[in-house]
Parts: sequence; C-alpha cells; structure tokens
Amino acid sequence: MKRFLEKFVEGALLISGSVTSITILLIIIFLFKEATGLFNSPVVEEGYVLAMNKSNPVKKLNSYQIKHIFDADITNWDEVGGKEEPIEVVRLSDLTNYYTEEELGADFENIPAKASELTASRPGIILFLPEQYIAKNFDGTLLSKETMQPGDFFGGTEWYPTASPSPQYGLLPLLLGTLWVSLGAILLSLPFGIAVSVYLAEIASMRIRNILKPLVELLAGIPSVVYGFFGLVVIVPFLQETFKLPVGETALAGSIVLGIMALPTIITVAEDAMRTVPRAIKEASLALGATHWQTIYRVIIPYSKSGITSAAVLGIGRAIGETMAVLMVTGNAAVIPHTLLEPVRTIPATIAAELGEAPVGSGHYEALFALGCILFLITLVISISIEFIGRKKY
Amino acid sequence: MKTTKKQETNTNFGSSQFIPPVAGGVSGSSSSYSSKRWSQAIAFTIFKLMSYAVVAILVLILGFIVSKGFQVISWDFLTKSPEEGMTKGGIYPAIVGTLYLVLGSSLFSFPIGIMSGIYMNEYATGNKIAAFIRIMTNNLSAVPSVVFGLFGMALFVNVMGFGDSIIAGSLTLGLLSLPLVIRTTEESLKAIDFSYREGSLALGATKLQTIWKVIMPMAFPNIITGLILSIGRVSGETAPILFTVAAYFLPKLPTSIFDQVMALPYHLYVITTSGTNIEISRGIAYGTALVLIFIVLLVNVIATILRDYFSRKVKM
Repeated sequence: MKRFLEKFVEGALLISGSVTSITILLIIIFLFKEATGLFNSPVVEEGYVLAMNKSNPVKKLNSYQIKHIFDADITNWDEVGGKEEPIEVVRLSDLTNYYTEEELGADFENIPAKASELTASRPGIILFLPEQYIAKNFDGTLLSKETMQPGDFFGGTEWYPTASPSPQYGLLPLLLGTLWVSLGAILLSLPFGIAVSVYLAEIASMRIRNILKPLVELLAGIPSVVYGFFGLVVIVPFLQETFKLPVGETALAGSIVLGIMALPTIITVAEDAMRTVPRAIKEASLALGATHWQTIYRVIIPYSKSGITSAAVLGIGRAIGETMAVLMVTGNAAVIPHTLLEPVRTIPATIAAELGEAPVGSGHYEALFALGCILFLITLVISISIEFIGRKKY
Repeated sequence: MKTTKKQETNTNFGSSQFIPPVAGGVSGSSSSYSSKRWSQAIAFTIFKLMSYAVVAILVLILGFIVSKGFQVISWDFLTKSPEEGMTKGGIYPAIVGTLYLVLGSSLFSFPIGIMSGIYMNEYATGNKIAAFIRIMTNNLSAVPSVVFGLFGMALFVNVMGFGDSIIAGSLTLGLLSLPLVIRTTEESLKAIDFSYREGSLALGATKLQTIWKVIMPMAFPNIITGLILSIGRVSGETAPILFTVAAYFLPKLPTSIFDQVMALPYHLYVITTSGTNIEISRGIAYGTALVLIFIVLLVNVIATILRDYFSRKVKM
C-alpha cells in the first residue's frame, strides 16, 4: 500500500513536470497550424475574384502587384511581366461607365453576361468582381485560386491587412519596427544597467545595497500597462515638446519605456555574473597594486563578460516581446521607420491591436498568428543563445 | 595618501587593505598613482550617480502616479461601477475581475508548479528528464505574453469552446506564471541541505514522508514568497487576457466561470487609449494605475514580511 502510494505520487509529480513541455508543444502546434493557413488564403479579398482578358500573357499576380495596380502605381502590364498595354482597372461600380443601367438590368441580372463580354473585348482590362457575378462560361482568365506566397509575407514591405482588393501582410515594417525599438531600448538601458550592477556588486556598501536591490526589484514588478500609461502621459508629451514633433508617439518613446523596463533584468543578471568572480582573482589583481577601479574594468568586467552578454540578450528578449507599453507609446504606424523620431509599429503591438478585429479563420487572423510564430521563434533563438553563452565561460 | 571613503564602506570586498598604502607600488611614480586614484574617484562617482538616476526614475514613476491617483481614489471609486461611458463612477468590477483571475490562475499554476518543482529537484535530480524539463521551462518563461494570449485564444477560447471567459483567462495566466512557480519551488528545495534528507531516510521514513514532513515545511517560507510575487505579476498582465477574458465594459459581476470580466490592467489600457472621452477619463486612469501599483507594492511587502516571519519561526 505504502509503495503504491509512493509510485502514485511520483507519477503525479512527473505529469505535473511535463506540463511546461506539453505547453510548449501545444503553442508550437497551434501557432504554426493557424499560421500556415495564411499561405492557403487567397490573394484577393475573400468572396471576390479578379478577371483579365484571355490574350493577356500575365496569368499570376501577387498581392503586392495587385495592390499597386489598384492604387494606380502600376499602370502598364509590362511592369508585371506582360505586354506593352495600359492597364484598365474596372470595379463593380465602374461597370456603369461601359453600360447603361438598362443594359445591366433592373436587378443587375445581366452583370455576369456583360462582365464576360467586357473582359473579352478589352485586352488591358483587370476586373474586380464579387464571385456571384461570374458566369459559368466566363470568357477570360480568373485569378481566384491564387494564394499568398511566403515571399509576400516574409519579403512584404507593407502591412495593410484590410486593403481591398488585396490585403497586404508584409512582415518587414513590423519586424524592423520591433528591432528599432528594442535596439534603441538596449542602447539606452545597457550603460545604466552595467553601471548599476557594478555599483551594487562592487562599490556600494551592504546597507545601500539592501536599499537599492528591493527598489530595482520593484521596478520589475510594475505592470507593463502602467509603464505604458506613464509613457503616454509623461514621456510622449515631453518628446513632442523637446523635438518639436507633430506627434510624440515615436520609436524613441517606445525605446525609453522599454529601456526602463529592461533595466531590472539587465541589472539582476549582470550583478549575479559579477558576484561569481572568484575572490582569489580579485585579490590577485589588488595585490599587484591595481586600484579597485582598475580591478573592476580590467578583471571583473572581462571575467563576467558572458554574464553581461546574457544580460544584454535577455534585455533585448524582454524588449522584443513587450506588448502593452509599446502599443501605447509608439504610435503604431505600419511603415518602415527611417529615424527614431517616427511612429513605428512592433510585432506584439500589431497582434494585440488587431486580433480583436480579425474574424477567426480569415487571412488576417492567420497572418497575426504568423507574426506570433515569428515572435516565438525570435525568443526561442534568444533563450537558446543565452544557454550557449552561459555554457561558454571564457 | 588617504583611502577614499567609498572603499572604507565597501564591506563585501574589503579591498582597501590590499592596496599598497604608499605611492608607486607598481606604477613607479607618485603622479601616476594619484591619477589612478583620480580616475577611480571619477568612475565611482559616475556609477553612483547613474545608480541614483535609476532610483530617481522609479521614484518619478511612483511619485507621479501616486500623487495624481490619490486625488481620485475614494471609497466610491473602489466600490462603484463605471458610469456614463466610463467617464465617471468607479472600478469595482475591474478589481473583482482581477481578483477572480488571480485566484483562478493560482488554483491552476500553484499545485502544478510546486509538484513539478518537487519532481525536478527530488526525483529527477540531475537526470536527462530534469534537464529537458528545465530547458522547456526556461523557454516557456521567455515566451512573450502576447504569444500566450494568441495561444490561449486558439486553444481555450476557440478549440475548447470556453469562449471569452474567466476559465480561459485563468488558464492562460496560469500557464504564464507556471515557470516562475516551478523555478521558485526548485530554488527553495535546492537551498535545503542534503543531510536533512539523509537524516530522515536513515530514520526509516520513505521518500514521500521525507518530502512531506521534512523538506516541504523547511522550503515553505521561500516557496510562499515566490508564489506571492507571482500573484503580483499575474495581476498586472494585460496581453494574455485581451482576447481570452477581458471585457471593455461590464457593470455586472460574473456569476460563473464562463462569464467575461473586466480587469484592472485592461481597464487602464482602454480608458487611456480608446475610451469614449479620453480626456475626462484621465482621472479614472490615474486612479486605476494607482490601484495596480498598490497591488504590486502590497504583494512585495507581504512577501518580505512573510519571508522574515517564517525564517524566524523555522530557526527556532
């Protein structure tokens, strides 16, 4: 009986222990399952089709090309690999320019026939119609089965998930926005983080350390939404005043807030690393006549280099994944940033801001899960590299 | 040459007695010795100032929110529902919602986290399973909170069909805090000297009895401190509850675990960014932020007090 209980408890403990592993597995399965759906989702808005003249050699268009055709940035078929032929964009509402209302019918019952006729008669046409208006014997090339390509996502430079007729799910502006904000944050917080950790580990007296350490921990405990709120009501107006900006919600505001948030992580990890420097090494340096400061920057900091690197990488990891504070202070403009004083949008902020509006199962929803995958992979790479840095002591 | 005051106060290092008291120990000339002194004094002053700057940032943030928030906090603010498009009234439903979420996530993460911590430190010591679980736990703790939100939405809300509900939000938050609970438990157990285990086993106790009667009571103070700190973290998380439980406005209190609730961090987010009238709601936002900060402070203070209390008790 007793033995059975022992075995039973051990089994229960093992099951509990495996929960985290199962969670990681489930996260991977769910994120990637939804994300791969993106590459099966149509290029054209759901329920709609694009049609072209049969003689047109262009049989495929990616979402980027479609968007720019309809924005009139691309006006000739030769720009997308076709013949020298001006592009004629026709939407459902434009049909009245070609046919009278009587010809289209009182209940628009003639639209399928007329659309087919129009497509066949005009070599440069691209027609954007709801699916139900496409006749069975439609005379033209239909672009309805085209799906999003990985290149559209990974190489896309625009993020307009609600654009019509072709939504844009370009990763680059969001990825660059995330990296800009995070790198800015780490550049601001790393000098302070290292200074504080040196001060705590080497310079400060025990009494001061006992006061400072809990304060740093408190900094880690403040919820991110409170940091975001503080950033919004204090830092954003301050930046707007100082740099005379049209809006204060910029990448720099995000970097400052994230820099403050990353401080406790950096300080804790770097200080721990400096404390593990063997006493003998420090004493040897001092015995050679080096001052305390020389010992710090010639012996202690080089010795704890891997720990300080881990601290910086961990700080970047925290900054990349941070959602609410960034969402509240960076302005959320999905464009590729050129300076730190422009609004940017990060990957986590995009997920948080848009998931509520994206219908479950739509291309937009799947694109947000794809962003989640990217974020997950980035943090996975970071935690693996920390493991690697930690193992390599010198 | 006098040693600087900083070195005298440096107790953890005790360096001053190792520095040659006369000039020129290694470097030869007295001018280079004093320049060494100067560069040390300057560097230490810079480090000190930067450290105090970090403290100043903390004081600035706390001071700002406390001073602005105190003007708003009143008994009515804490016990009434939001009114008139959240420009008036209180935040009572959000406080209650956050309490429910903290409770729900703790019910999930505490038992599982403590049990897996025990498993890793007492049963699977040093073997491959423990190493694997540890790597997975570390990875899980590095996963951004918004990814937990995505995952919670896909699994609990959609696939399991809980909808936006307390249970979906609690499970998501529970998974988020699980690595913290596991690590706390493991660290607390690791700190207990091995001789206690051997002593208990030598007296004829089984492994389970040893853990239950000897190890756990000793590790308890540290574990409880970690658990309380994890509560502080859970109560402030926003991204995981955005799509799993949080309601924009819901004056009624929930009646079952399948209801939506308001929550403090989400409430602060919506009234600062997308309320009906952001300017008028600002006061309520300061109040909400203060309540959140207060929870964090309270949790930290309780954790410290409990740690002191238990450690004194265990010593006796």
